[in-house]
Amino acid sequence: MSTAVTTPPHVATARSAPPAISHTQQYVRAFAGLFLRDLHVLKREVFPFLIRIVMNPLLFLFVFTYIMPHMTNGAAMNPTQQMSAHAGANFSTVLLPGLMAVAIMFSGIAAVALPLAVDFGSTREIDDRVMCPLPTSFVAIEKIIFSALQSIIAAAFVFPLAYYIPSTPVYAHVTSWPFLIAVVVLASLTAGALGLTIGTSVKPQQIGLIFGVVVMPITFLGCVYYPWGALGAIRWLQIGVLLNPIVYMSEGLRAALTPSLPHMNQAAILIMLTFFLALLTWIGTRGFIKRVIG
Amino acid sequence: MNSQQTRPDIASTAIATGRESSGNGIVSIHGLRKQYPGKPPVTAVSDIDLDVRQGEIYGLLGPNGAGKTTIISACTTRVLPTAGNVFIGGIDAVRRPSDARRLMGVVPQYNTLERACTVAENIHFHCLYFGFSSSEARARTAELLDQFHLSERAGSYPAQLSGGLAQRVQIARAIAHRPRVLFLDEPSAGLDPQSRIAMWEAVQRLNTEGITVVVTTHYMEEADELCDRVAIVDGGRILVEDTPAALKSSIGANTIYELDLRGNAAALMPTLRALPHVTGVEPTLKGIRVMADNVDGLLPQVVAAATGYGLRDMRITEPTLETVFIRLTGRDLRE
Repeated sequence: MSTAVTTPPHVATARSAPPAISHTQQYVRAFAGLFLRDLHVLKREVFPFLIRIVMNPLLFLFVFTYIMPHMTNGAAMNPTQQMSAHAGANFSTVLLPGLMAVAIMFSGIAAVALPLAVDFGSTREIDDRVMCPLPTSFVAIEKIIFSALQSIIAAAFVFPLAYYIPSTPVYAHVTSWPFLIAVVVLASLTAGALGLTIGTSVKPQQIGLIFGVVVMPITFLGCVYYPWGALGAIRWLQIGVLLNPIVYMSEGLRAALTPSLPHMNQAAILIMLTFFLALLTWIGTRGFIKRVIG
Repeated sequence: MNSQQTRPDIASTAIATGRESSGNGIVSIHGLRKQYPGKPPVTAVSDIDLDVRQGEIYGLLGPNGAGKTTIISACTTRVLPTAGNVFIGGIDAVRRPSDARRLMGVVPQYNTLERACTVAENIHFHCLYFGFSSSEARARTAELLDQFHLSERAGSYPAQLSGGLAQRVQIARAIAHRPRVLFLDEPSAGLDPQSRIAMWEAVQRLNTEGITVVVTTHYMEEADELCDRVAIVDGGRILVEDTPAALKSSIGANTIYELDLRGNAAALMPTLRALPHVTGVEPTLKGIRVMADNVDGLLPQVVAAATGYGLRDMRITEPTLETVFIRLTGRDLRE
């Protein structure tokens, strides 16, 4: 006996739905869909993206490693010149890992925090993605992972700039590729998680303030322009900045790329980056769920 | 052989998990309460029980702030209930939100189209989220663009669309994964009359194709004309639920005379009440409302009785859902 004859039309409509799949498959496909959507939008906005990631390292390198050395007293104006000279490196070499760390961190803010502020503040565009058949926390985690991809691209762009712009050559030397990859990946994910935390905890109207209140302090006190070891003379600050995740990003890249400069213990760097990644992902995801589920 | 068994799909998923269901409806709400923390805590809705039957258009009618959106948000997994259960197609929407989302399409009050994606891309990516392969998503997108007369606008960005068109895209996107129930939150708000009619035609067509529709609105005429059943919501509670016809007949009259009076309305009321075929008389802000059967000859009698009381204006209407709302709450729906 067939039930098809008596099947009401609504079942017929549902019948043409895609076949049932396991939960894992359902989640993987939804996650992949979100990722593809982000990739598509990024491809469309590739020029603004490139300008965003290139401008900061470009100007920094141009001013500090090209203009200043050409000035008569350029070296005296450069605070880290002497220090880097002691370590047998020039300032361009000091800057390379620092600028990569900044590039990674900025991308996290620009790729997650700012779009979320726009979403929560006005457009609510994220609604359709929140409604996809995936636990809500994974929608947030997708944002972290996609942001990490942008951070990695941003970090990679610092290399050619640091190669061509400075008037003195940059001495980079990778002793351990696995360590470098681990640091870049962890730092990029942490930056995405930081962006998520900021984007979900700051009121959308106040997102402009975070540059002054959060981004600038953590950059300038993030051992970007000087190695952490050089802070030894100001002990309270050296201890205090340990709460800043950017410190481990710059120190990690320093340890991986310019090992001739003083840097933190490698294991400590990986442990602290993992710790901040877990902490910020947890806070950010909770904040995200709170924002989208009443 | 039963094809439901040979090809598992959303419908049979729901049937297989039917043990979870505690109601007969495709949307089944029991004892829903939502309280928002604060000082003092705000109770948005309480004691909400409703069952939406498969295939019907169900309206939640009430003024702004009545709790309609909270009810719909609880159904669409966007609000966690403080107490109570919500089942969509037998699936517990509170405990298994991502499964429940496969059975529902949602059109929120505001335009949530992705600004960075074209109309076609909005639908295409929605399909991908719901597990369609790239080619399936392309086919489904083309089908929907055609069905909703959007093919010419496939490459437009949401910012280039009028409110009515954007709403149509939102509906097309919401049903792209072939849900069993479509939730529309105030779909007419902000639309011009023509777009409103077009939108409702689209929704009615979807309904005849088998999709259950749950809609919130504060337009009584709309609820009356389009909904199979209506729940009137006010102050976070469902006051009454029935077909529009049954709700209107609950007034107990076919004709309503609204009298605006300058004089003493209270003194006139007994006179009017004594007239034949008058079923009810009640005071209003401006005068008196007379409920009566639809018979010839009553109108001159009402006018004659009221003339001595400074009759300024009179309107004759049939009972509407608004009348029902006013009878239930003592307030105008628009107040």
